Amino acid sequence: MTTAGAGTNYLNADYRVRSWLLTTDHKRIALLYLVSISVFFAIGGALAGVIRLNLLTPYGSLVQAETYNKLFTMHGITMIFFFLIPSIPAVLGNFLVPLMIGARDLAFPRINLLSWYIYVVGGTFTIVAAVTGGVDTGWTFYTPYSSTFANTNVMLTALGVFITGFSSILTGLNFVVTIHKMRAPGLTWSRLPLFIWAHYATSLIMLLGTPVVAITILLVALERGLGIGIFDPKLGGDPILFQHLFWFYSHPAVYIMILPSMGVISEVVACFSRKRVFGYTVVAVSSLTIAIVGFLVWGHHMFVSSQSMYAGMIFSFLSFLVAIPSAIKVFNWTATMYKGSIDLRTPMLYALGFIGLFTIGGLTGIFLATLAVDVHVHDTYFVVAHFHYIMVGGAIMGYLGGLHFWWPKITGKLYSEAWGRIAAITLFIGFNLTFFPQFIVGILGMPRRYHVYPPEFQFLNILSTAGATVLAIGYVLPLFYLTWSLLKGERAGANPWRATGLEWEADSPPPTFNFDRTPVVTAEAYAYPSLPEASRG
Amino acid sequence: MWPTSLATRLRIFPEQASTVAGQVDALFLFLVVVSVFFAGLIFVLVGLFVIKYRRRQTDAPVPSIGAEVASAESHDHSLGALALEVFWTVIPLGITMVIFVWGANLYFTMSRPPANAAEIYVVGKQWMWKLQHPGGQREINELHVPVNVPVKLVMTSEDVIHSFFVPAFRVKRDVVPGKYTVAWFEATTPGEYYLFCAQYCGTSHAVMGGRIVVMDRPDYERWLAGAAKDVSLAEAGEKLFYQIGCSSCHQTTNTGRGPSLVGKFGTMEKLASGESVLVDEAYLRESIVFPQAKIALGYPPIMPTFTGLVTEDGIVQLIAYIKSLAAPQKAQRP
Repeated sequence: MTTAGAGTNYLNADYRVRSWLLTTDHKRIALLYLVSISVFFAIGGALAGVIRLNLLTPYGSLVQAETYNKLFTMHGITMIFFFLIPSIPAVLGNFLVPLMIGARDLAFPRINLLSWYIYVVGGTFTIVAAVTGGVDTGWTFYTPYSSTFANTNVMLTALGVFITGFSSILTGLNFVVTIHKMRAPGLTWSRLPLFIWAHYATSLIMLLGTPVVAITILLVALERGLGIGIFDPKLGGDPILFQHLFWFYSHPAVYIMILPSMGVISEVVACFSRKRVFGYTVVAVSSLTIAIVGFLVWGHHMFVSSQSMYAGMIFSFLSFLVAIPSAIKVFNWTATMYKGSIDLRTPMLYALGFIGLFTIGGLTGIFLATLAVDVHVHDTYFVVAHFHYIMVGGAIMGYLGGLHFWWPKITGKLYSEAWGRIAAITLFIGFNLTFFPQFIVGILGMPRRYHVYPPEFQFLNILSTAGATVLAIGYVLPLFYLTWSLLKGERAGANPWRATGLEWEADSPPPTFNFDRTPVVTAEAYAYPSLPEASRG
Repeated sequence: MWPTSLATRLRIFPEQASTVAGQVDALFLFLVVVSVFFAGLIFVLVGLFVIKYRRRQTDAPVPSIGAEVASAESHDHSLGALALEVFWTVIPLGITMVIFVWGANLYFTMSRPPANAAEIYVVGKQWMWKLQHPGGQREINELHVPVNVPVKLVMTSEDVIHSFFVPAFRVKRDVVPGKYTVAWFEATTPGEYYLFCAQYCGTSHAVMGGRIVVMDRPDYERWLAGAAKDVSLAEAGEKLFYQIGCSSCHQTTNTGRGPSLVGKFGTMEKLASGESVLVDEAYLRESIVFPQAKIALGYPPIMPTFTGLVTEDGIVQLIAYIKSLAAPQKAQRP
């Protein structure tokens, strides 16, 4: 299916700046997000670089303690609220949800544009807060430190995060309505691509969870600005209440970051194994299970907080339950490759990297769910390593894998396969070199958020910093070869990977309204033909 | 800034110096074995499939999604696939339940101090640890304890949340303003061990630490005798009790405007609201800081707050004194 007006697509339809800034085209909004989250990723990455350099020596040789505390706080806030949470949903989700379900756009195109503006306003507040003095509460804003004691830009930063939350809520709303109401004829729920299932589950969390963190931030502001006692015991408040409210959102937020990645991996593994995803229904349902049970495990962040011992036991139990659907997904992806026809293209390398790193991240999560073990490793570098394996190893590998997989669709161009593979492998190696030593230094007892540390932890910290330089190269490489592909890349054609899925039936890049006639779906997702015996190993 | 007496050699596993450390490590190592097995399984299978099923020839083109695909199954109807899904759901579930029970059981032990434990009062503040022994010995960022004796820590904070963390003991517990939290350990090996603050608490969080010195009984007795002390905690509390005027209402008999505190600790107190509350450290602390929170039955709600008049250290002393009034042999004292 090709478009009649060949040559006109969403990119070259109009070159004026206002046509971008006032666009309601989901594909253009996706690119607006792509540029803005890349800016925040660069900022967050640079902050991480300074942190790693400072930790080269035990004595905090590079920056002062105040500065160090602001660095890790702003690294966390930037990466979580302004990069990871919007990353796959706002860029790839925005671009692909309508294309994959055969729609012309999202249900509310103007609200979609509004989401981006809200995101930019929130981000601007946070950047202003950073350059006018920064904030040092940690991204977790624990009270009463944040509400009473910190004398940095807490209010301005919190306002930025508060505002950006609405962008997330609106995106979630848009996806839920679109997926419910705008599927092409014949595209039943059981034929939906798993990427859509993952985004559906993610959107539910965005809709239900984000308002809670918004209210929590508002309460911190009320206490800090007006002295209303909510969290500070000196004012009659309860500091532990904040942790309950904060993690009620912020634990599910981890699933906002990882579920879309899982959706990407399902698409990529199926395409490059040329097989339908093994256990389609189970994988789809496991996304929803993660979204639901994920709301019931927040207390596992609080095993040493003075939360009741019995509450700790219940949260531990539920945390083990939420691990199961993730394990099931990993087994299903592996089974998908069985007797496939596996092509190790760049996106597939990222997907395999995801499976490896997510497996390690998930298994170390089991350590943290185990009450007696968590007591020792809680708030140490073990936790830091664990969530980087999930959120960087998992979420960012998924994001980059997806970006490489759909890059030909988004831009109409191919990138250098050789450079793509080199970058994927560099990232995988650099990531492990950076974060694996942090597991060990955490087991030894090095607490997180330490500007200086006892000298016996230095060797492992040097290893980690050395690894971070490799990781940095892995992140910078795509910037070059993807830009090159944009300028000089070979034309991709509608379906360079010969993948299934409605998005591959549209031109690359797609025309403004995606399809010139509404597609009719008659088959399930991943209808890869049975492989002839000869192609098997 | 770190105690230089502590060994600085490369390790990959922390030393074990408490009764629970070995038990935590056994569970930890079990988790390592399970993780290595599952990660290894996934890595080996993925590696194997990538090699065995690598693409050897260009296969058939993908038909349009709009066309009927005869060969594609619509769902996993095969019994084998279902059995496989059940298999890899049930096995991990079973293993995690074993880990859950093991971890919860040990956590229960770690959360309940033995009844005969020696008590140490810990006050965290930005950015130091203040520790008080029942005998009145006070320490800063250093805690001397005897070996093979269970030690119970009763902890609170003067400002933000801190966390008392001794890696060699596998002990960590947040120290929260406005309430008492409890941790305990029984050291097994004399020596010096790091004490860290594990909960981010502001600018100098990273240097809010020190050491735990575990000593043989004779050494410990010598240290106790030589350590700077004024009077015991209860004696200091008694002095404070009169100094700030508690005694004018809380008299030895129920004749004052407030209830007598003699023999009160550890009993159930009837409240004006009709409820009852156990008179423990938390209730006493609350009654000093927020006297209006729970009113004892039969007494007017006239007690003013002592916030600002008495420090956390002072509250600890007052509680030690009130506790001493509960002991029958001391009940006769004024």
